[in-house]
Amino acid sequence: MPRLTGAGRTRTLLPWRGETMVLMALGLLPAALYFWYGAHDRLGPDPVNVFELWLGLWAVRFLLAALLVTPLRVVSGISLLRYRRMLGLLAFWYALMHVSVYVALDQQGNLAVLWHDITRRPFLMLGFAAFMLLLPLAFTSNNWSIRRLGRRWGRLHRLVYGVAVLVAVHFLLAFKTYNATSVSYAAALMAMVAWRAVSGVRARIGRAGP
Amino acid sequence: MARWSYPRPPSSEITPRGVWLSRRRLLAGATLGMAAGAGPRAFAAALHTRPGPFQAAETPTPLQDVTHYNNFYEFGLDKTDPSTRSGQFRPRPWTVSVEGLVAHPRVWDIDALIAAMPLEERLYRMRCVEAWSMVIPWDGFPLASLLALAEPLGSARYVAFESVVRPAEMPGQTGGLDSLAWPYVEGLRLDEAMHPLTLLAVGLYGETLPNQNGAPLRLVVPWKYGFKGIKSITRIRLVEKMPPTTWNQMNPAEYGFFANVNPDVDHPRWSQASERVIGAGGFFGGGRKKTLMFNGYGAQVAGLYGTMNLRSFY
Repeated sequence: MPRLTGAGRTRTLLPWRGETMVLMALGLLPAALYFWYGAHDRLGPDPVNVFELWLGLWAVRFLLAALLVTPLRVVSGISLLRYRRMLGLLAFWYALMHVSVYVALDQQGNLAVLWHDITRRPFLMLGFAAFMLLLPLAFTSNNWSIRRLGRRWGRLHRLVYGVAVLVAVHFLLAFKTYNATSVSYAAALMAMVAWRAVSGVRARIGRAGP
Repeated sequence: MARWSYPRPPSSEITPRGVWLSRRRLLAGATLGMAAGAGPRAFAAALHTRPGPFQAAETPTPLQDVTHYNNFYEFGLDKTDPSTRSGQFRPRPWTVSVEGLVAHPRVWDIDALIAAMPLEERLYRMRCVEAWSMVIPWDGFPLASLLALAEPLGSARYVAFESVVRPAEMPGQTGGLDSLAWPYVEGLRLDEAMHPLTLLAVGLYGETLPNQNGAPLRLVVPWKYGFKGIKSITRIRLVEKMPPTTWNQMNPAEYGFFANVNPDVDHPRWSQASERVIGAGGFFGGGRKKTLMFNGYGAQVAGLYGTMNLRSFY
């Protein structure tokens, strides 16, 4: 594998110009496969639930990966910055599929039930709020938006830390008991938020001078 | 969509049950030396059972799903843990004691108990608190028959059940963050326990219970959420006060003592108005249906609760 360093230009994983598109397609391929299995009764006795939870888990994983890019560069010098947009968008696509499966397959599009659930259950409110916050981030994950929004783009994309907090709690509540999986993912997400908060404060102190 | 169905062999080609059972005994004899490595079905044996009352109208859930989609936290959190991690569990020899406020306490050997009780097959709906459901042909006897032999005293108001603690055989009991307090305990009010629907199951689909389904003896209370059905029971105690129950202690806001199936009282994190039907077949098998009050057993059990507020006593 090529070495990815922070110094100078980042080298790429694949030697083609459409690299991120290819990686994105690769990232979405498992979901397509899983969908095919589920549609053909090859996901076990409770296929909708399995698919729904699996999509949610991968949304969390990609979100965590996107949040890890900057800490990783600061700590180790390895820069995956050119992949951050792709990771964030994969988190969004998996979240979108997670929500779609909940709406269309799990609740079978029953709007009354959906409204009742989303307005009453903190567990679902948190998840839904996280998804809503992801929407503007996904829509502005392109060069045109970055140019257009200027400094506001960075401020807007700080919303991702709000998403991380909401997702961490939603993820913890998705299990009947606290367990190694849920606690470690929630802790990792919160660690990213804490890291950002601390580095933000330090940068401000640095700017303020002695 | 066309469904592929398993080709049915002519009846002349089907091995008679007696013959394959004797083959199985032969194999069991041949592998006695390797008994320590025997799998969860090592103790499977046919039961003498006759059809009982309360037969559900629904199609039974396939045996494969009943035995491979389980909640049994003693073996782990995942639905597949009970079937894959229960191979070391030994459901024989086994004793279950009936004790407390009874005239005739007794420690039963499981096989003596099975021999003493006429076994019935009952096709019951099973509704999990996680909003999924199955339909299972249990083999067992009414709890009331066993309690009648023990003769509960007038002071007995509740029945407390206790499961087994064997960390060496049950990998979910070795502690860790996700662990419940062991042993798993459950309870019923005495009138619920004496109700003819309340079953002590020793088998399903005509054979002794697989380890993952609560071998060798488990409770089945079809109008309550599945977690009331305590598995691998070692102790049945008649008591005066409402006994503690495992999930209620773990999270009292989410799991009550009564735990009657009730579509109008939601779990704080999800609706109980409908349920996913296990084994309905893929995403588009139409696997969701409305949940019925008392899981459809209202005609039999609604009288137990009279004017009790089922919203406060969930």
